[in-house]
Amino acid sequence: MTAAPEHAPKMAQAALADRIAPYMPVLLVPILAVLGFLAIPSTSSWLTLTVSGLAMGMMIFIMASGLTLVFGLMDVINFGHGAFVSVGAFVGISVLLMMGHMVEAPSLMLNLTALMVAVVGAMAATGVMGWAFEKVIVEPVYGHHLKQILVTMGGLIVVEQLIIVLWGPEEIYISRPEALKGAITFAGAALEKYRLVAVAVGLVVFALMRFVLRRTKIGLIVRAGVQNGEMVQALGYRLRLVFIGVFVAGSALAGLGGVMWGLYQEVITAHMGNHAMILIFIVVIIGGLGSVEGCFIGALLVGLMQNYVAFLEPKAALISNIGLMVAILMWRPMGMIPVVKAK
Amino acid sequence: MQAVLSGDMPRSKILALILAGILICLALAPFLFPGVRTVDTAARICVFIVLVASYDLLLGYGGIVSFAHTMFFGIGAYGVALASTHMGRGFDAIAVGAAAGALVAAALALIIGLFSLRVRAIFFAMITLAVASAVAVLVSQLSGLTGGEDGLTFKTPRELGPAFKFGDKLFGVKLNGKLLAYYFVFFGALILFLGLLRVVNSPFGRVLQAIRENDFRAEAIGYRVVFYRVAATCLSAAVAALAGSLYAVWLRYVGPDTTLSMEIMIDILLMVVIGGMGTMYGAVIGATLFVLAQNYLQNLMGAASGLVEGVPILPELLSADRWLLWLGVLFILSVYFFPTGVVGRLRQGN
Amino acid sequence: MPDPILKLEGVYTNIAQYHILQGVDLEVPRGAVTMLLGRNGVGKTTTLRTIIGHWRAHKGRILLDGTDITSMPTPAIARAGVGFVPEDMGIFSDLTVEENMVLAAVSGPIDSARLDWIFAAFPPLKTFWKSEAGNLSGGQKQMLSIARVMAEERQLYLIDEPTKGLAPAIISTMAKALKDLKDQGASILLVEQNFAVAKALGDSANVMDDGRMIWSGEMQQLATDAELQERLMGLSLEAH
Repeated sequence: MTAAPEHAPKMAQAALADRIAPYMPVLLVPILAVLGFLAIPSTSSWLTLTVSGLAMGMMIFIMASGLTLVFGLMDVINFGHGAFVSVGAFVGISVLLMMGHMVEAPSLMLNLTALMVAVVGAMAATGVMGWAFEKVIVEPVYGHHLKQILVTMGGLIVVEQLIIVLWGPEEIYISRPEALKGAITFAGAALEKYRLVAVAVGLVVFALMRFVLRRTKIGLIVRAGVQNGEMVQALGYRLRLVFIGVFVAGSALAGLGGVMWGLYQEVITAHMGNHAMILIFIVVIIGGLGSVEGCFIGALLVGLMQNYVAFLEPKAALISNIGLMVAILMWRPMGMIPVVKAK
Repeated sequence: MQAVLSGDMPRSKILALILAGILICLALAPFLFPGVRTVDTAARICVFIVLVASYDLLLGYGGIVSFAHTMFFGIGAYGVALASTHMGRGFDAIAVGAAAGALVAAALALIIGLFSLRVRAIFFAMITLAVASAVAVLVSQLSGLTGGEDGLTFKTPRELGPAFKFGDKLFGVKLNGKLLAYYFVFFGALILFLGLLRVVNSPFGRVLQAIRENDFRAEAIGYRVVFYRVAATCLSAAVAALAGSLYAVWLRYVGPDTTLSMEIMIDILLMVVIGGMGTMYGAVIGATLFVLAQNYLQNLMGAASGLVEGVPILPELLSADRWLLWLGVLFILSVYFFPTGVVGRLRQGN
Repeated sequence: MPDPILKLEGVYTNIAQYHILQGVDLEVPRGAVTMLLGRNGVGKTTTLRTIIGHWRAHKGRILLDGTDITSMPTPAIARAGVGFVPEDMGIFSDLTVEENMVLAAVSGPIDSARLDWIFAAFPPLKTFWKSEAGNLSGGQKQMLSIARVMAEERQLYLIDEPTKGLAPAIISTMAKALKDLKDQGASILLVEQNFAVAKALGDSANVMDDGRMIWSGEMQQLATDAELQERLMGLSLEAH
């Protein structure tokens, strides 16, 4: 781009508290991990739980990121987002089942190839479905929240039922690719291989997304559009197309999340997406609707919380995340990283 | 008549006739349609009219979408069930359970409302969905208290049971406790419905509608938008809980599937939309149509599915189990093309 | 007289149930500054927003360089060469000054000569080039909003109240930048409440009242005729 300024900005130094405030959400993740460490008696259990919490968080992030951006960009709230998770899981797992020999072979290369094919298939299917969903279900109700909620909920029901029509009503049990079964031992803690892979995939997706949003022009348009869509159009960008692109990308990511979630649970049902929506909503609310970074941090918090509490008191796991949401909303009513809207 | 209906007349001859027809049918159901199944259907209609009407107070009058309505419904039902189990059968247990259920529901609604409506109405939809799902999971996990997935079967007062007889027969109908139970539900529902009608036609109801139309303007005029919305939420939750109590009394059983499930939440949404949002009479029409269709249309679908046997996919699409698929389609189409529902159409036709 | 760059013919615009514009006729000549004046709430901002396509005209025609743009989508109007500075500045506050400018140049990177020109007009933008635009002061934000339309050469500049709420020193920076733009031969349609600025910049003037154009003529004539001002705009201009 262009030359940097020669002299330093002369903005006033803010007070310490003000300077920490923007980083507070990021700090919450290690704080929660430390709290977990204090509450959980055994270090190795804590490590196992932390890894599985992070893995879960990454998967929720992948599923939730599209939802939060879609809302930020066009003020569209998609209650049917979970449908993409379910469809992604069913398509991906079906592909994996078709390539059974590659999945069962004890070769990492073959396993990963099969997984890649499954993921690409799932993302392509959910991407196309996202495009259709946007056209048929969402577009007619732009700017009308009440109808959006009702109609997208209706869309979710229809998609869930169609899954049952196509794949049958029974839940499908699956096993992970051979090379991703089992665990490695680290510092006395058993860390499941699959969870480590999930963490890695989540980090890659987050890094990629940040790169696109920060370093490319299309990313700038998306970020600007979240704040003031009208102005983005007045500059000459077709926000509608950008929005469809984001919707499709978000749907494809939900599909990716669905495959990962299905392999994580080792069982898939038509309703799995809708169940995941509970955590997804909590994550996008506490993150701040429209904020990808907030969504990432929120997802990690929810994943860790869920795993720590499930270990300490299984019945309280889901409620504890509601508690987390309440606490964060008391602290910041618009979520951890609120998106500043122009109007 | 004006006074009973709080001045909210049907404003359409056909609508008035249909409403009168439904009222008469429900009032005389045990005599007009004797039979266990039909009376059960009538009782379900009574309960759902109240439940849907209380939901419409939020959705149609307040413009707020909630996914926790079945949670409140369930709280009322479980309230009666728990009170009857622990206090022993009796009207006092029903009263205590219903009152406690309504209070808990209102308190919970207050908390959720304060958290979400303060910021933006859309939070409310998401938060209620999360909370209601968490509660449903919790109820099935705490099996010691709630009976878990199996639910709770309990005894209602002897006077409301089939074993209690207070006469021989009237027009060929046995005068027993089941008949009394039906009228308990019927009059309970009628009173609650007329109460809701009064609320929406009071100054409070009109402010609520003004807020729905334009919340900035309402705020500017000086109405405290959050206060009105939260109050509507609490009231709606309390009435839903009372409807749940009536339902529990009728079924003498509560379980997650009959009161808490997401499926019932979707049924409620559908009834409101089909009947017509923003009018209490829509709840009457919506609930009646829907419960009747649910009971009788499913058989029809099963028959249709049998007819197309051999054709690929079609039998699965038409199978009675895929009832929800068609409801979903119907739902989307109604929101697009039929947003004022049956009542809106009838009033328009005037 | 050559064809005007912009021509409005009997434009009506409704917002919800309100009839805001009721038959606006307006001509913006090339290479000159056309003032759009009038009391608050008479439809000046709505006129600009209707031209850029944020609101839709229900009746009438809008011609840009002879082409009918009345029902074109906003991005297409912008790409046809219309630069717009909204009343609320429309700054992307989470983006840096640099990123705001990158977005403003639709057709590609800004060339360095143009950037030097912008920096010369608004030195603080160079200082805070890498800072988030949300941290700028009100005046600096206004500078950024003007700089954004200067990022590329436009056929027509629509600028809504660039001096609103600014300190006198910054108003003169702003006026100087606009004068600069004018000297380069730009066609500008300017809404301005500050009469001194209007007098200094305007070539022709159009006065609106109640959703219609009630007077069009030379700015000079309006500036020297106190009675005319009084009649057209009441006391509101005097107060500024």
